Amino acid sequence: MEYVIEMLNIRKEFPGIVANDNITLQVKEGEIHALLGENGAGKSTLMNVLFGLYQPEKGEIRVRGKKVKITDPNVANDLGIGMVHQHFMLVDTLTVTENIILGSEPKKYRLSIDMKKAEEDVRKISEQYGLKVDPAAKISDISVGMQQRVEILKTLYRGADILIFDEPTAVLTPQEIQELIEIMHNLVREGKSIILITHKLKEIMEVADRCTVIRRGRGIKTLNIAETNPNELASLMVGREVSFKTEKEPAKPQDTILSIKDLVVKDARKVDMVRGLNLDVKAGEIVGIAGVDGNGQTELIEAIAGLRPVESGTILLNGKDITDLPPRKVTEAGVGHIPQDRQKFGLVLDYPIGENMVLQTYYKQPFSKRGVLNFKNIYDKAKSLIKEYDVRTPSEFTRARSLSGGNQQKAIIGREVDRSPDLLIAAQPTRGLDVGAIEFIHTKLIEERDKGRAVLLLSFELDEIMNVSDRIAVMYEGQIVAIVKPEDTTEEELGLLMAGSKKQKVGES
Amino acid sequence: MSSNKFINLLVPIISLLLGLIAGAIIMVGFGYNAVEGFKALWNGAFGDIYFIGETVRQITPYIFSGLAVAFAFRTGLFNIGVEGQVIVGWLAAVWVGVAFDLPMIVHLPLAIAAAAIAGAIWGFIPGLLKAKLRVHEVIVTIMLNYTALYIANHLVRNVITDKGDRTESISSSASLKSQWLMEFTQYSTMHMGIILALIAAVFMWFYLEKTTKGFELRAVGFNQHASKYAGMNVEKNIILAMVISGAFGGLAGAMEGLGTFGYMSVQSGFTNIGFDGIAVALLGGNTALGVVLAAGLFGSLKVGALNMPVAGVPTELVDIIVALIIFFVASGYIIRWFLSRMKRRENK
Repeated sequence: MEYVIEMLNIRKEFPGIVANDNITLQVKEGEIHALLGENGAGKSTLMNVLFGLYQPEKGEIRVRGKKVKITDPNVANDLGIGMVHQHFMLVDTLTVTENIILGSEPKKYRLSIDMKKAEEDVRKISEQYGLKVDPAAKISDISVGMQQRVEILKTLYRGADILIFDEPTAVLTPQEIQELIEIMHNLVREGKSIILITHKLKEIMEVADRCTVIRRGRGIKTLNIAETNPNELASLMVGREVSFKTEKEPAKPQDTILSIKDLVVKDARKVDMVRGLNLDVKAGEIVGIAGVDGNGQTELIEAIAGLRPVESGTILLNGKDITDLPPRKVTEAGVGHIPQDRQKFGLVLDYPIGENMVLQTYYKQPFSKRGVLNFKNIYDKAKSLIKEYDVRTPSEFTRARSLSGGNQQKAIIGREVDRSPDLLIAAQPTRGLDVGAIEFIHTKLIEERDKGRAVLLLSFELDEIMNVSDRIAVMYEGQIVAIVKPEDTTEEELGLLMAGSKKQKVGES
Repeated sequence: MSSNKFINLLVPIISLLLGLIAGAIIMVGFGYNAVEGFKALWNGAFGDIYFIGETVRQITPYIFSGLAVAFAFRTGLFNIGVEGQVIVGWLAAVWVGVAFDLPMIVHLPLAIAAAAIAGAIWGFIPGLLKAKLRVHEVIVTIMLNYTALYIANHLVRNVITDKGDRTESISSSASLKSQWLMEFTQYSTMHMGIILALIAAVFMWFYLEKTTKGFELRAVGFNQHASKYAGMNVEKNIILAMVISGAFGGLAGAMEGLGTFGYMSVQSGFTNIGFDGIAVALLGGNTALGVVLAAGLFGSLKVGALNMPVAGVPTELVDIIVALIIFFVASGYIIRWFLSRMKRRENK
């Protein structure tokens, strides 16, 4: 049998929804098989069925041609199936080796752990597959990319030869993504098979051999990557044509809305992160901030939003000084803020999604009167926002926690845009989202611009910056070092500017 | 959804049954008649109108102390200091009750308010320290329990009385006792406080669930970052939560001072009303209605147990049985886990 894993006609229901409806997935030995689908399409459910976390209502699973019943993850382990989780399952205070052997420790005289053998084993596996780690380092001391390697080693140590990667690149830097792709190629060369769950087309094109697309719980198609292209994959995934290039009219900038002068902001360690920054954003334009993470972008955004104290300098909104105002005053002055970390700042995850829709306006009419909330008005509002912004949720009473990342983000964007702020700050608005959601969000940002709002976009994705912005402000070491127009520049030039090289021809500011 | 609600109801009932079975095993194991023992427990709590009165009297402070813990918990704070707040509330209420001679319509509310304010101050201190200096409220409240105990003892012995062991009794204009209630319950110690306790429970439910302030308090409890982002004043909300929680604790003390006892004596140790409040709140799922029900269970067990020696069960064993029942009820998590496991079995 050439298939190492076969999931035939799998059906999995949850109360109220069919998460997997008759999906078939066949993985060949020694291939990288991508599982592509939008957020909430049912990818993770399918993999949790394979890993024994869920039991399917219908369908059968075959491993190496033999019909099996995977009742829990231990059975999956015994069958050689290993899962590299998106959210790492590591013990921070233990070392790399200790984490890897946890649960299947080599014993000495059946009493103590044979640490010497353990470290040797770990070293051997890590060399074999080109997974560089320091076996003695503590998890809390190593980078996210390194932690992921530990997760991979964990599965290999347990003898897995079918590895499931659940959105492995979501937390990695571009450099780390390249290294991971290298690692995946190494694994396949050593005879492993890989199932890669993702919604990033670029990665699939780069690394996968074949790809199964699922959409809204249904298996759509399995195709060879060599015979397809990103456009086809995207339209299969979303179910309609998707454009990567966002269509927009040229900007018609008007009055200056946001004006930042000589701004200095410190981070939590009291280090100057924003160092005398100047920037203007006009009504009717989108200014994109490009830069390598850690050059003061987060501090800048938080200072404007009132979440971080300003050391010196001024921030003017419509000519009014909003420097160091508390967040509520900043909001009331006309600032909308789509925060970088949507789960930490953007939502109270344990509140219903409906109540999250009024997180900044609950104290105003019609959502409350004399301090008493009017839930009918709150949920009416939420319902209309949910509809308008296509937030997919069982109901407006569902906790925000149980929505997928893309739908959480759509809810936040709906809330922020609906207040029709003069300045809309969008910090990494599409991070971790699929192409359909990205397209939607970009369209919304441009719509806001066309309504005459000022939009400040922070993104680490150059594609996004080039695509959406009308002007690009390059941020380096706490200052805006250049302002360029996307049509006058290239990604290469931006990359150089972001790395600190001076621009020859100074762009207009 | 409906099956969830069903489980939420089923779990405490199974817990209670398991606790009773465990208690029965202990009694049988030591050679006592379990049926007689539980009959005595039931009669001791609900046997006639007098016992019912006593049970209600015991439930009253439990509702308040349970609300105090639950309120803080819902806002992300762990108020271990309810015990201290009970003591200062008790003292303040009795002091006002003894010191003034006023018409009842002024005197009683004044004494109750004094208790609430004293408790609120005792909650304000850890709230302030938490909000401004990030000092953990558990440490501060534990220390404030001892501070409250010894300050109260000092004041009773040296300031309010002259080396006495207890204060004078409060004047009747500050008392929660009612002639009618006493006669109706065959001269039990039941007093009007239960009405205040039920009002307090309704207040907590309304305040937390229905008002903008409650919306803020709960949001801060869940996620301080998002609350700050949304423009809420996180520090102010932490302090407010502890102040209200403390006021509930102080009112629990008022129930003892103005209702049950009518005086305050030098305490050799903690009253345990505050500490039991932690169990009441957890058992009640930190909701207002849950606290009332849990306080009902605690109060009934406590009063009913006094009657168990009638059936020959020694008091030490009674304590063990009561503790077992509470243990099982509080370990509802285990039962929940067991139920979900059974459900999964069924699905296979």
